[in-house]
Amino acid sequence: MSWLTSFLGWLGEFFGDPANWSGPGGIPARLTEHLEFSALALALAVLVAVPVGLAIGHTGRGQLVVVVAANLARALPTLGVLVLFVLLLGTSSIWPVIIPLVLLAVPPILVNTYEGIRGVEPELRDAAYGMGLRGGQVLGQVLVPVALPLILLGLRLSAIQVVATTTVAAYTGLGGLGRYVIDGFATKDYSSVVGGSVLIVAFALVVQAAFTLVQRVTVSPGVSRRLKVRQPPARKENSR
Amino acid sequence: MGSGPPTLWEWIARNWDTGRADSIRNLLLDHLVMSLTPVLFSLLAALPLGLACARWRRLYQPTSGLMNVIYALPSLPVFMLLISVTGLSQTTVIIPLTFYGMAVLIPAVVDGLASVPDHVRQAAVAMGFTPARRLLTVELPIAVPVVLSGLRVVAVSSISLVSVGALIGQGGLGGLFTRAYQNPFTPPVIVGIVLVVALALVADGVLVLAQRLLTPWVRARRPA
Repeated sequence: MSWLTSFLGWLGEFFGDPANWSGPGGIPARLTEHLEFSALALALAVLVAVPVGLAIGHTGRGQLVVVVAANLARALPTLGVLVLFVLLLGTSSIWPVIIPLVLLAVPPILVNTYEGIRGVEPELRDAAYGMGLRGGQVLGQVLVPVALPLILLGLRLSAIQVVATTTVAAYTGLGGLGRYVIDGFATKDYSSVVGGSVLIVAFALVVQAAFTLVQRVTVSPGVSRRLKVRQPPARKENSR
Repeated sequence: MGSGPPTLWEWIARNWDTGRADSIRNLLLDHLVMSLTPVLFSLLAALPLGLACARWRRLYQPTSGLMNVIYALPSLPVFMLLISVTGLSQTTVIIPLTFYGMAVLIPAVVDGLASVPDHVRQAAVAMGFTPARRLLTVELPIAVPVVLSGLRVVAVSSISLVSVGALIGQGGLGGLFTRAYQNPFTPPVIVGIVLVVALALVADGVLVLAQRLLTPWVRARRPA
């Protein structure tokens, strides 16, 4: 168990050092940076992905975009994309790093928004039209609320991805919690590596929990009971 | 040889097989080992665990909750934390990727088994199949498409995730990205991205083919 003692030692050293709690390299500042970069990238990705996903799902046009985006996003190595953008655009601002963060955050939201809208039962859609709702009203009042669990799942997956990629982006000079890990590794300062890693893991778990909570609060109870994705027993109830 | 930086093709030719550990060929082989080992291990672990969750429903909720949490952990800090246990080795990359794979595959196995129609299961029981034989010859084959679509996700994302390991010196082709960043030069990045995406596409294609071979009845059902 010698690794455990050294592990705890590093943790104590990192969190016990008063220098780590103030100034531009302190934990509060790095945490704020990490949150800001992640939130910025996620917000921009939502602005692009949700309208496009809704449009493609509702009209059924441009489905190829979704398929390509889904596959490419999984296959593209994030580190490579980050390095490529920085080499091509330089490091004069944070945008060469933010742009790839946004690009990598778009596909999960796009795909799940699209799948959510497509997955709404046709009877439901037809009933809405039959009741006299117009295209936009059907989308806003029926399709989106029913598709909300999947749309929010996409948001959560994307948020997790952004937090992880922001960490990796510290390698190409972005601030945030990744700095502790990358700089600590380069200078063999293991208390910084271990402390930073624990902080990032905790941050990611908080983000995950926050999105799960949002999902619980915002999804209409009628919907969440019927549309439990990936839960086969619910499907059985449905066909009864 | 002209002066100035080499072109993309010159760079590839010069670095393909230099005999050193960081030649493109060796990085490619490392990459394959580090990305496919987790795919295999996660499948081997997810099959019994998924079966157990399908058999004892009560296990599924906590298991999928735990897997959701694991899936949310960013890879880089997990690699870094593992270094103190497994050192700067390929194992440090392989272990977390195996767990990410399980997070996708366990639900896939459970869903796959749930996709077996009730009447099919009952027919097997009525024909006198023992539970073990029913599982092996009826339920698992019918679950193959769902499990394999999970496996495709795992294979592709594992191939692309390995490259993050380059930040601890174990990233296979990801090593090309760090090399390119350290002495600013684009050809290695482009080669790395193209090879990683190509590997992912090949792995995906192989699994699609495997599904066709393993489930011939899916095509047989359609009229020619």
